[in-house]
Amino acid sequence: MRAADVPFEKVTNKNFPKGPDSLASGHRACQGCGEVLALRLLLKALGTDFIAVSATGCMEVCTGPYPQSAWRMPWIHVAFENAAAVASGVEAATHVLRRKGRGHDQRIPVVAVAGDGGTADIGLQALSGALERFHENFVYVCLDNEAYMNTGIQRSSATPFGANTTTSPIGSHSKGQYTWKKNMPAIAAAHGVPYVATANPAFHLDLMNKIRRAVAIEGPAYIHVYAPCPTGWRMKPELAVESGRLAVSTRIFPLYEVIEGRYQINRKVDNPTPIADYFKAQGRFRHLKEDDVAFITKRVNADYERLVDLAEKFPVD
Amino acid sequence: MAKRVGMEVSIAVAEAVKLADADVIAAYPITPQTHIVEHLSELVADGELDAAYIPVESEHSAMSSCIGSSAAGARTFTATSSQGLALMNEMIYIAPVLRTPIVLAIANRALSAPINIWNDHSDIMSVRDTGWLSIFAENGQEALDLTLASFRIAEDPAVCLPISMNIDGFTLSHFIEPILMPEKAEVDKFLPPYKPQLWLDIKNPISIGLLGGPECYTEARKATDDALWGAKRVVIKAFDEFNQVFGRQYHVVETYRHEDAETIIVSMGSISETAMTAIDEMRDQGQKIGLVRLRLWRPFPEEEFLAAVSKAKNLAVIDRHMVMGCSSGPVGLEVKSLVYNSGLRPGISNFLLGLGGRDVTRDDFKYIHEKATSGQVQARCEIVGVFE
Amino acid sequence: MTKPTVDAMAKVGDLPMGFTAKPGSTVAFKTGDWRSVRPVLDREKCIYCGFCYFYCPDGVYQDMGKDEKYYKADLDFCKGCGICAHECPKKAITMTLEEV
Repeated sequence: MRAADVPFEKVTNKNFPKGPDSLASGHRACQGCGEVLALRLLLKALGTDFIAVSATGCMEVCTGPYPQSAWRMPWIHVAFENAAAVASGVEAATHVLRRKGRGHDQRIPVVAVAGDGGTADIGLQALSGALERFHENFVYVCLDNEAYMNTGIQRSSATPFGANTTTSPIGSHSKGQYTWKKNMPAIAAAHGVPYVATANPAFHLDLMNKIRRAVAIEGPAYIHVYAPCPTGWRMKPELAVESGRLAVSTRIFPLYEVIEGRYQINRKVDNPTPIADYFKAQGRFRHLKEDDVAFITKRVNADYERLVDLAEKFPVD
Repeated sequence: MAKRVGMEVSIAVAEAVKLADADVIAAYPITPQTHIVEHLSELVADGELDAAYIPVESEHSAMSSCIGSSAAGARTFTATSSQGLALMNEMIYIAPVLRTPIVLAIANRALSAPINIWNDHSDIMSVRDTGWLSIFAENGQEALDLTLASFRIAEDPAVCLPISMNIDGFTLSHFIEPILMPEKAEVDKFLPPYKPQLWLDIKNPISIGLLGGPECYTEARKATDDALWGAKRVVIKAFDEFNQVFGRQYHVVETYRHEDAETIIVSMGSISETAMTAIDEMRDQGQKIGLVRLRLWRPFPEEEFLAAVSKAKNLAVIDRHMVMGCSSGPVGLEVKSLVYNSGLRPGISNFLLGLGGRDVTRDDFKYIHEKATSGQVQARCEIVGVFE
Repeated sequence: MTKPTVDAMAKVGDLPMGFTAKPGSTVAFKTGDWRSVRPVLDREKCIYCGFCYFYCPDGVYQDMGKDEKYYKADLDFCKGCGICAHECPKKAITMTLEEV
């Protein structure tokens, strides 16, 4: 069966799982945290019959201060750069124990969750290894808030061009981050894994269905999630969801899937919103001038059009 | 009945892992450990061992995967050496506190720089204080036996800690030795099926790996240290039960001709065999010399060690890891501090030898004996045979 | 000199093996006191769309069912971020200053 045809129960507004969240309240995420919102929705889509693995980072620190844990499913955190490797071990163990008749006789998905630093920078090697080894029940979620927020808003390779962070500061010789955001979904897709997707909590059903599909498909999956951070982006706390919508409508963060190497854009954006509308709510971009925005717009459009080309040349259906 | 076979020691270690019916092996190649994991991957490929072999992309991921696998309830094994253990370092600290009873075979090798693939104890000594149990084998039979015992000890409900089983790289790992290969039925008598104490169970979820602030970090570390000290009792019990099943008795501290010895050499690992030959020769010439060999290194078997050296006038402590900018090697330092505080007052000399594969000969031990009995105890560790 | 002490959370012997926690146990930690503004719902305007429920990062909203037709915020946990008010399509939620 094609991975694109693997059945799974779709979340809709009608059958939305209204029971207790799989991530309990009482976690210490900042007010208006878009990352914990994404995490809450992702876990809610899965229930509790799976094992979660966290990398060190905001989500780990705010959900697991001894003697408490917000996670309602079995959860393990080991270190920063190795969520993919830990999940590999968990996955191999559940697999072999089931075969040997000592574990539960059911498929147990293993979901690793890490931030952009733990994925695109320090965790890239472990992730590449795990994707390449083709673990059957392995899903990796990158919650991308576009900098090292837990340590105090330092730039990562996922920080967007022009953003002001504490290690890509603006100054007389600097306009902030001078490199383009690393394309993690493309790197994941290059491993030939059956499923890669981008998602965004502002599109909550799309996000929840993507993790359901990722779990349903046998073989490793990678989901790159836009995770708005009011604290690190210098943004009002009520704007996380709105920034998510703008990220899509400006083409800055396109929503798409790569299923067995074939592309599908989930939200086509023919008439993009001006990028300045996205930037103006975020203090990290406040210093950018019109020509900077024009430069960014040009590259964002080029990246989007390349994606459209791929979806036309290699469509899922 | 056990069968006597001629076998490379690395292969024997892998066979022990098979006899222990390990569930998950996550490993990365590094000399001189590679033959262990090569053979294990063959056993898995041939269907002789029903396990998952995870060919990870680094030692850091090897230990990370092992922690994940052990936390998920699987009997877990890995092997490494030198730089590989150094790359694992961050994970090495985490495994004991999360109480993951991983068995790690280390074919001991020197650390860079200069890069060197040969034997000394730099690798294990650099992670000695991390909460792992640590035991040393002297020959091939011990390597096999201690691998089996390692699973038994680590997984004991009262221990639930990871353990490193050390064999000297090349000088032990690559030797072909006569080995009594036990039957699976015998092993099953000694090593029960693994019942994890805590695991990532979807029917009874727990959270492992929490943040511990200033108000509980000290207590969490102390709880691990308490478990490690308490493990010695379990090691002794496991060795006694091993003897009941297999007829080979091991001790946390091994001795050789030490009863009436005025001078005792303190050693670890395979050079002890050379030391014993040298001791026999020196005994023939009327020297009152003996050997005390640390089989268990962590937790340090304090009472057993003090009992073994209590009558000696001189202790000659061998180190195989250079501690730079410090007067003694790790073994030397610990023996000095333990013996001094116990009230015993032998002369304690510390000797560094066999670094980076440098040959250790009987003459080295004769030289060490001469120096240790000269009446002049040097403040600093002496590097035997250094050219300068 | 007396032995210095700190307010330790637990004694060594009382810690669970492996320093673990029970699932969902953060519910013992009420984050409601972080709040300076609270969401107040005008049920006349509410169309029971669920956006407040879907988009709450802290999972504080509870579905009151088909008869009541609204979502109720658990103020024990609401941090007062205001996403619910901002996302409400009918502007039925107002963030109101907490009185001290």
